[in-house]
This record gives sequence, C-alpha cells and structure tokens, in this order.
Amino acid sequence: MRDMQIKKEVVSVFVQNQANVLTRVVSLFGRRGYNIDSLTVSATNNPEISRITIVFNVTDSSLKQILTQTEKLEVVEDTFVLESENSVYRELLLVKVEAKDDNRGKIKEIVEIYRGKIIDLSQESMIIELTGVTEKIDGLLKLLEKYKILDVCRTGVTGLSRGN
Amino acid sequence: MRLLGAQIITEVLLDHGVDTVFGYPGGAALNVYDQLYKYRDKIKHIMTAHEQGASHAADGYYRATGKTGVVFATSGPGATNLVTGLATANMDSIPMIAITSNVPDAFIGRDAFQEICITGITMPVTKHNFFINNIAELEDTLRLAFKIANSGRKGPVLIDITKDVTADSHEFENKKPLDLKEDPKADDKTVSEIANIINGAKRPVIYFGGGVTASDACEEMAEFIEKADIPATYTLMAAGVIGYDNPKNLGLIGMHGTISSNHAIDKADLILAMGTRFSDRVALNPQNFGKKANIVQIDIDRSEIDKNVSVDKSCICDIKDFLNKILPMVNRTEHKNWMRQIGEWKDREKIKEPDDGKLHPKMIMETICDKTDKDTIYVTDVGQHQMWAAQYIKHKNTKKFLTSGGLGTMGYGYGAAIGAQIGKMDSRVIHITGDGSFHMNLNEAATAVTENIPIITVILNNSVLGMVYQWQTLFYESRYSSTVPRRKTDYVKLAEGFGLRGYRAENKEELHEAFEKALLEDGPVWIECIIPKEERVLPMIPGGGNVEDMIVG
Repeated sequence: MRDMQIKKEVVSVFVQNQANVLTRVVSLFGRRGYNIDSLTVSATNNPEISRITIVFNVTDSSLKQILTQTEKLEVVEDTFVLESENSVYRELLLVKVEAKDDNRGKIKEIVEIYRGKIIDLSQESMIIELTGVTEKIDGLLKLLEKYKILDVCRTGVTGLSRGN
Repeated sequence: MRLLGAQIITEVLLDHGVDTVFGYPGGAALNVYDQLYKYRDKIKHIMTAHEQGASHAADGYYRATGKTGVVFATSGPGATNLVTGLATANMDSIPMIAITSNVPDAFIGRDAFQEICITGITMPVTKHNFFINNIAELEDTLRLAFKIANSGRKGPVLIDITKDVTADSHEFENKKPLDLKEDPKADDKTVSEIANIINGAKRPVIYFGGGVTASDACEEMAEFIEKADIPATYTLMAAGVIGYDNPKNLGLIGMHGTISSNHAIDKADLILAMGTRFSDRVALNPQNFGKKANIVQIDIDRSEIDKNVSVDKSCICDIKDFLNKILPMVNRTEHKNWMRQIGEWKDREKIKEPDDGKLHPKMIMETICDKTDKDTIYVTDVGQHQMWAAQYIKHKNTKKFLTSGGLGTMGYGYGAAIGAQIGKMDSRVIHITGDGSFHMNLNEAATAVTENIPIITVILNNSVLGMVYQWQTLFYESRYSSTVPRRKTDYVKLAEGFGLRGYRAENKEELHEAFEKALLEDGPVWIECIIPKEERVLPMIPGGGNVEDMIVG
C-alpha cells in the first residue's frame, strides 16, 4: 500500500546550464501533478551546472516517483533530497513596512531581536532584510502584521547538506 | 570539409544508416528538401498526404524493421501536425528522429509566418528535443539525438532547426555515431534472489510488455517460460513475443484480457512483471492487482518501479540481460496443479460466433490469418477492431503486430502500415481498421497509391464508433452521443477515386473472394467488411474494476 503521509520535502536538482532547462524540470513537476511551494535556481562552482532547489509537499512513494522521473530528463545530472536532519536551509526576505516617527523605533527593536537589517529608510517606510529558515521569516512577518506591510518578497528556500 | 547545414543533416543521417525518411516539404524546409533532392539516390524520401501520416510511418518503420524512423516537416503547422505521432511514439517507447525547420533566427519570437515554438509544444511528448539556431551545434546535436532516441528506454527526439542554419555552412567533422548509453546491468545478487523466489513459487505467472520486444528477448522469454513452466500473459505492446499456440500462452491481460490471464494474476503467488508498466488498462484496480502474489518487476526504467503498483522486489536492467542471467538459475520444473487450474479457466474461453451468414470479428481475423503467412505484419488503428485483432490474430512472431498501445491513437494505422511496408517490402502488410479510425487519416491512401505498395486495408465497418458505442450501451443506458455518424461513405467508389481497388464483403464467401483478389494486386487495396454494430469486445473488465467484475458474454 502506498504511504499516504504528506511531508514537506526540499530537493536539489543539478542540471546542465542551458536554455529551457528550468521549463523542462518545472513542467515535469506540473504535468505529473506536483505543486511546487518554492523554487530557486542558482549557479554552482561548476559553470556548466546549475542547481534548482524545489520545496513541495509529497508522500514518500510519490517522492521517489518524481525524483526518478526528473532523473530521466536529459538535462538533469543528479537529484537528491535535502533531509531536514542533516541539511541547512535558508531563505531571504525583503519586506517594506510603513514606518513613521511614532512606530519606527518599535519596528527597529523587532528587527534587531530577529537580527535582521534595515537596508532602506524613508520618511514613510523602511525595507527590512532577513535571512533564515522559513519558520523564522514567517515569525518576523507575523509580528510585523501589527504594522502596515507594504510589500513582501521572499526568495524561497535554498539549502545544502551538512558535512560531506 | 565545409558543408551546408542541410547537407550536414543528410550526411549525419547516412552515418546512422538511414536510407529512408518520411515527411512533407514547406517554405522553411526548402533548403533541407533541396539536399534531400540531391541525396535522392542514397536517401529515399516518402512524401505522405499529411505530416501526421509521416510521423506514424516513421513509427511503423521502426516497429517493423528495428531501424530508427526519421520524419521531416516544415515550420508551423507542419511541425504541429507531428505532435500526435510523437506522442504515440513516446507512449510506446519508439525511437524516432523528427527534424523540423523553423523560420530564420532573425524572425524567431516575432510571430513570423508559419512560426511556432515546436520545442515548447513537444516537450511533454518527446524523450528530448533541441532547438538549433547555431550551425556550430548542428552535427553534434544530430548525433546526440540518435543516441538519446536509442539508449535505455527508447523514445522520440525532435530537432528544430532555423532556416538560416540550413543555408549556412560549417566544417563537417564527420565523426562516428555516438555509442549508446550503457544499460543498467542486472545485479547478480538480486537475480539470484529472484531465482530463489521463482523456484519456491507454486502459482507463478509472467506478465510482460513492450520491453521484451524492445530488448529482442523473445527467444530467451520462450525458453524461460518452458524451463520454469510458468504461464505468461502479455500487454498489447507484446503481442507475438510468444506464439499463439504455445500452451503456456494465456493471451492478453487486462481490460479486454482473457479469463485465464486475469484469473491467473488474481490467484498467483508470484507475478513476474517484465518490461511493462502496470497501466490502468492492465492493473484496472492497482490496489487489488495480484493481491495474493509476491510481485517482482524487471524494467530498464527505474521510474516504472512502484509507479502504479507497489512491488515487492525489482531489478533495473534490460530484459534480455535479466533472462540470460536467470535462465541457468531457475529449476526445470512442472507446476501441474497450477497448470490444471489454468486449463480450467482456458476451457471457459471458447468463443462461438453466430452462424447467421454475416461477418463477425473473429471470423474476419481468422480469415486474414488463414490467408497470410508468418512474416505478415498486421497494423491496427484504435478501437474495437484493434482489440479483436489483438485477441484473435494468431500471433506467431514479434514485431509483426503494430498498434498504438499507450496513446490509443485513432488514425495511426494507415501511416504506420505505409512505414512498415516501405521498410519491409518483402513482407505482406495488412492494415486492420474500423470505419471510425479509418476516416481520420484515410488520406494516406494517396501515399500508398503513389508508392504503389500492396497494403491490404481491412475495414471493419459497423457504422458506429464501436468502442465508445459499447461503453454507452453498457454504462450510459444506450444514449449514443455522437457515436452514430450516419455517414454515407462508399468505400469502393472512394478507393476508385484514390486510384486503388476497393471491395465490399458482407459474408464469409465475399470476404474470401475479395481477399484472394487483393493478394494478387500490386498496389493498395481496401476491403470493407460489414459487421453488426452490436458486436462487443469481450471479455471486459470495466475501468477500475476487479476480476470479479469481468463481463464474459
């Protein structure tokens, strides 16, 4: 019987660095019925290889299925699962919040507790930068809900496995 | 040596032993076709009536000969017309090289006349595709395309080339064809574990598919079945791998499979699934498929393991390699009780058609078989006639039953039959179709006439879209929505209009007579067989059903 327990997974897909590669991988996920939560694409230390990091919800048996299907793509060199126990994940947040004289200090205090950075400041608003795991970013956003959030941008998760 | 892009294409084809291609010219493909003209003594180009026909011809050419089919088309609609043929090949793991021309690179992305992004369109229906707008990449890409199409689990590859590349010139390096990717090898330990499972099984059954045909493992399969005394059932894609008269042949599996095969799967204690993918037409209810059995799956494609049915053990390798390794490890044995049980199921399969002077499906298939030899290639379209052909043709040989298994492409047959006949001029090719399927692509009669190839087309005319009609009868209270077209097609006259001979048969004698005459013709012939619209494909297990739900008569 299929294992129906749905779990959030982070997978790394190493692909050849050429045109249309992202489309091939993402369209495979789409047409096989997998909904992607977040996606990052980046260069690696090998200029011919890019890394796609995909976060999605999946059962164990479907995880194996989508990975073996992905490995069949001619442009895919390798895939692996970034297990939460032995990987580090990071996400970058940029959030613009309304900040005037009366609340600028309070927001700054929150940002400092989260070890975020204020990277832009104007009379009416500020932009905060925060790097961390998804939960930390969710946490900051939750606290900022009290204020007026004007714009949010998150990169989605990227990650590496620890050690060797 | 500096060559034009178009000539690099023809040279690489020659390198790969291609002497026949199919296609249709057009504006963007002018340079390519100019080269094909210059190479006409080395490469025979078959121009079809429609690009779809050319794509099916390239597919049928491979299925009959084992040589990679090549199809050419121009940009825009020429390219989109290949889509169904590519999808058909992709679903059935058929290697094919499709070469499309696109508008010049300077016009790409500007909605130029007959511009289409065919690589985007065909991404989900090809094994891989390429867009070439730089002649420096042309030679290597063409070679890579052949390698990809034929390595591991085979499939179609499309190369879209801008017109300027075909007119440009570049150094031709004249490299050799690339070596295919090495197939995964059967792991010795796994094979010996599987051999132990086989040697301990009391009620084993083999269920195999197109992978056995693809790996040319028919002899090994027959030997394995014989030595280990295991009955075998097969999918549509593997008809002919074992002879129809082999006592251990259970016939077709699944929705329209035999009583014995579906019961054997249900009662087995071991199922050996080889080169097959537990499709929904086989494992109708995947949770219940072979529920009493240990299921062992052998396939070259890792992603097939556990895809539709979870298996207990698997081996990722080519089927031939697996059979060669396991043959010495399995005991020569007899499963007397199991074979007796199978015999009881088989006894229930005797089909008797009414003796009412009319033509009936089994009678037609038997007549065709009686009048043709073991080298005959039978090509079908899709629908009831396809199932009857699969069930009643006396399959003797592999690569002799060409059918669209996975995609179920109505209109596949005529193009595929042309490809098969062009590839096997010494074999008789019989195209078995229905009136529904035939109307889709009967324009390829024009091609058969031009090439003067003696394909005999047998049209089972029940005047309805029989398979859908059957489902409407059984599950939609006979509401025949759009399945009774009331067409007035006169096939004899239409044949004459195309410049070929047509016959009409309403009973056995007329069919015999027409077939005898057809066999003497040099060119294509049609034989229309009138059958009752109430004919059903049986047995039948409705979609999602179990063996208990089987409708027998």
